[in-house]
Amino acid sequence: MNSLSCHYQDAEDLSAAFPGLGRRVVFMGDETWNDLFPGVFSQALFFPSFNVRDLETVDNGIMKHLYPTMDSDEWDVLITHFLGVDHCGHKHDPYHPEMAKKLTQMDKMIQGLVKRLKNDTLLVVTGDHGMTISGNHGGESELETSAALFLYSPRALFPSAPAEEPEIIPQISLVPTLALLLGLPIPFGNIGEVIAEVFSEIEDSQPRFSALAQASALHLNAQQVSRFLHTYSATAQDLQVQELHRLQKLFSKASADYQRLLQSPQGAEAVLQTVIPELQQFLRGVRAMCIESWARFSLVRMAGGAALLAATCFLCLLVSQWATSPAFYFGPLLKPTASGLSGAMVCAGLLASTGLKLDSMVLGAMAAVGSLLPFLWKAWASWGSKRPLASLLPMPGPVLLLLLIRFAGFFSDSYIITEARVAPFLLISLILLLVARLHWEGKLLPPKLLSIPRLGFLTPAGPPQYSAMHAVGLGVGLLLCIRLAGLFYRCHEETPVCSSSPLLSPLRSTVDGRTKNLWYGACVGALVALLASVRLWLHCYGNLKSPEPPVLFVRWGLPLMGLGTAAYWALASGADEAPPRLRALVSGASVMLPRAVAGLAASGLMLLLWRPVTVLVKATTGAPRTRTVLTPFSGPPTSQADLDYVVPQIYRHIQEEFRGRLERTKSQGLLTVAAYQLGSVYSAAVVMALTLLAFPLLLLHAERISLVFLLLFLQSFLLLHLLAAGIPITTPGPFTVPWHAVFAWALMATQTFYTTGHQPVFSAIQWHAAFVGVSESRDFTWLSAFLVGANTFASHILFAVGCPLLLLWPFLCENQGSQKRRQPPGNEAEARVRPEEEQEPRMEMRLRDAPHHFSAALLQLGLKYLFVLGIQILACVLAASILRRHLLVWKVFAPKFIFEAMGFIVSSVGLCLGIALVMRVDGAVSSWFRQLVLTQQKAGEQSSLVCTGAGLSARKAQPHLLPPCSQDLLASGTSLFYNSRS
Amino acid sequence: MDWPLSDTSFCIATQENTMKDTDIKKLLYTHLLCIFSIILSIFIPSFFLENFSILETHLTWLCICSVSVTAVNLVLYLVVKPNVSSKRSSLSYKVTRFLKCCIYFLTSCFFFHVIFVLYGAPLIELALETFSLAVILSTFTTIPCLCLLGPNFKAWLRIFSRNGVTSIWENSLQITTISSFVGIWLGAFPIPLDWGRPWQEWPISCTLGATFGYVAGLVISPLWIYWNRKKLTYKNN
Repeated sequence: MNSLSCHYQDAEDLSAAFPGLGRRVVFMGDETWNDLFPGVFSQALFFPSFNVRDLETVDNGIMKHLYPTMDSDEWDVLITHFLGVDHCGHKHDPYHPEMAKKLTQMDKMIQGLVKRLKNDTLLVVTGDHGMTISGNHGGESELETSAALFLYSPRALFPSAPAEEPEIIPQISLVPTLALLLGLPIPFGNIGEVIAEVFSEIEDSQPRFSALAQASALHLNAQQVSRFLHTYSATAQDLQVQELHRLQKLFSKASADYQRLLQSPQGAEAVLQTVIPELQQFLRGVRAMCIESWARFSLVRMAGGAALLAATCFLCLLVSQWATSPAFYFGPLLKPTASGLSGAMVCAGLLASTGLKLDSMVLGAMAAVGSLLPFLWKAWASWGSKRPLASLLPMPGPVLLLLLIRFAGFFSDSYIITEARVAPFLLISLILLLVARLHWEGKLLPPKLLSIPRLGFLTPAGPPQYSAMHAVGLGVGLLLCIRLAGLFYRCHEETPVCSSSPLLSPLRSTVDGRTKNLWYGACVGALVALLASVRLWLHCYGNLKSPEPPVLFVRWGLPLMGLGTAAYWALASGADEAPPRLRALVSGASVMLPRAVAGLAASGLMLLLWRPVTVLVKATTGAPRTRTVLTPFSGPPTSQADLDYVVPQIYRHIQEEFRGRLERTKSQGLLTVAAYQLGSVYSAAVVMALTLLAFPLLLLHAERISLVFLLLFLQSFLLLHLLAAGIPITTPGPFTVPWHAVFAWALMATQTFYTTGHQPVFSAIQWHAAFVGVSESRDFTWLSAFLVGANTFASHILFAVGCPLLLLWPFLCENQGSQKRRQPPGNEAEARVRPEEEQEPRMEMRLRDAPHHFSAALLQLGLKYLFVLGIQILACVLAASILRRHLLVWKVFAPKFIFEAMGFIVSSVGLCLGIALVMRVDGAVSSWFRQLVLTQQKAGEQSSLVCTGAGLSARKAQPHLLPPCSQDLLASGTSLFYNSRS
Repeated sequence: MDWPLSDTSFCIATQENTMKDTDIKKLLYTHLLCIFSIILSIFIPSFFLENFSILETHLTWLCICSVSVTAVNLVLYLVVKPNVSSKRSSLSYKVTRFLKCCIYFLTSCFFFHVIFVLYGAPLIELALETFSLAVILSTFTTIPCLCLLGPNFKAWLRIFSRNGVTSIWENSLQITTISSFVGIWLGAFPIPLDWGRPWQEWPISCTLGATFGYVAGLVISPLWIYWNRKKLTYKNN
């Protein structure tokens, strides 16, 4: 008997029976079988299977040996596992020309087999799964779970011609059928039902015997299932008792009938007619009961987990609000955590020593509860008396409404399926709301325009202020970016009529050469634009002038990485067209190039961590040049505004003159040190880190996703600018990032998850990422898992690492605002208020001025981000647990929960890394100051330090002479003087 | 977003109060007429047109509703004259003003269309439907603005800022416009649901949402102004 079965999972027990019963089993194909059934096969040919792109190795290997083995007669069971069709589905799609080739090959193979079959041989052809329209599988849709089953023998198999619409047979029915056909006992754990038709004795003319043969096969099967049920219900109590009794009664009645039938074969037509349906009813009943009771849920754990999650979210909210209060200090946060963790450790140790078994999950939950409870209790005790808890909670606003909508959306399967459109919708709403609110609060238009109520007779109220057009432009740009990114859309497997965007497929699958080249050009263009924009940004803030190694890396390493990426794309998209002589070279290069890019990125990150301060220091001896007064006026000042503008400048000029003269008399040959770009030192590091991270992540995606990455950077840049327009800078103190900013950031992360071609379903996981830069991997290693994970959660990583930018960006924009505002002489009130500040936008150095507030703000930002993500995962958890009997729970809610949970973990790690990077930069800046002062002091000269914020070009900048900085002043970090000029 | 006029001071003058009361009454009646016109636009056409229903012949209803609301708005504002009429009254001035109004209306239609497309409406398919949604939203928001303030974009901007309103009429305009926007926004929420109802199709739920929002604004604004009449005070009026 010959069997070409691919369904190895259910055959596990069956295969174990082969050698014991003297059956010679020959196997050829997928090497996974070797790991699953070691020592079962009398003869085996294994071929490497994990490389999804390899359509030929396995199939050709089998084809080479199949017919000779078949003719050799040295086998009882011959199993072949072809892989080409499956891989072709993954690599291309079911409608690709390659698939037609593959299917024709399989057809020919089956024809060849049919010709060679002997009379006592049965050919079974089946697959263990189907495929979706995109050629993937792993989900639970109809297309994925249904496969064809083809039975053939030269002898007649079926009593009648098969029906037009073939019967649907559960996959678990294959095992008992094949076992009985092979003359083997049915495996103990089987609950499948034999395919009764196959057991009819066609040769026999009497239909009665045929029915009798079917009944005996079914009876054997039923006996085995009954035995299994008996044993199972004796050990496990989860089966329904009533149903169990009913089925047991049914079985005893059916076997009594069967015994009667055997004893009196004559005239038992009526009995025969009842026995077969009874046995079938029993088998189906058992299956239904088992399926229902095995899908059980532990309600206690579900409730406990949800409660724990909710408490953690509440804690995040509480601490994030508390962090801005002036009385905040870190001590109370650490103590309960440490005590909870140590308590849990002690608990675990005690339990382990007493020999009790403990679930690691329960232990983790206990540790979490142990650290949560003391803190909440302490919080309750300390604040409950003084002021109500409600005052700590944020004021409800429209952002809360949006967050609630998002929360509620997780409970609807339709909203999860269409989340790729819902998230941008909410994001756009939030952006429009932000612009509207800016306008509502009068930040966009000059107050003159809004307060003069001369209807219809408005005097032209001066030139429109820049911020109106600026904010509206930012909003429109953002909307456009979001809409464009929405073009990259993969369908959820549950969407009825939907076609995924063709932009998501790799260029390799494009057949037309011209379009392929055009798209390749566009991708490279996106890459260049991404690089250029990052460089431009750094150049804008002057950080590109610094001679530090990370900046050098940005100047030279990044283009190299871009080049490597472009070359890799060229190889990957055209690998099939390479001439045969160059094949080895091409495949070698396409392995090495991603590794090189990743290595460059890693070394860049290392450099960045090593020397994160990207500052240009210029030491000039001699007297500082005095500043010239900016006078855009010719003639005497005419108005009060002009006076307000000019007078302070003249005053300052005179002051400088005096000071300069004074110091010149003190000591000749004064040394001035000017440091540029200190104002953007934090965000420059974060932006560089993000760019360095983006390149390896981009390599893991299809080529055209580079356009999405470009949009991603553009989009977050615009969003940061828009948010910064609405965030006031509180100079001395507590810095806060508003909720809407954090929520918009989280929404954008979700949106980018979808636009990079992902969906929270398993069939949408992009497995090809596991082969980027990996040479002919033999099996699924940790590296493959890491690569696939990085591909899936790329947006989570990028946005989490970039999260500190939300805090930093308003300080960056401070510079721009003052620059722009300086050009027109601002109105009277402004000029009077700002003369001190205007000259010295210290930008991010403001954060250093208040180190305590800075760290509190970082903590608050992290907690807020975690809270928004935590709310999402809490909603997923609640939805999956409440709707656990929902029709779509395994297709929609459970996968969504798993993806969201993984994303949460990745985001948390990314967030910690991002904050750690900012803290590293902070530490480096401190040590840099200290070192600078030390060297100056060693030089023994009186020195002065000028720290310059941003500058379009350091050459043009004219540093001020400022009082010398002493070391103790620097150490406190409060009395440094900074200056900015462009 | 803060509620409009939250930080205005008290007004005690009784004379002004009585004036305000009559104004509120006028406002209420005009709003009731507007609501009535919308209701009529639902029922009257079925006498003249066969197979007329809001869902089946949605675009027809949209046109009728838009036209009737525009007409009622125009007539009411001509009759009531809530704002100070302009001093110039030459024919050419009026004609240019009217033409300007038309241009403003069309511009707002296109503007809303673009916003809908950016929000995720299909670009090419159903363009007519999307545009008709833009027209109905413009009817509910731009037409009252044009009637009350004329083609003066800066005055519009002023109304939608804190402390920008200068009369009851402008206040009610603010409320109805914002509620129309909120209505159309909420109208988008049933679209993804898999209930398979005819009103879930684009853009029916949104137009219905906008209409409900507009009607709600018409009802709420006189009541709200009435309840807060003590707190409200307007500069220069």
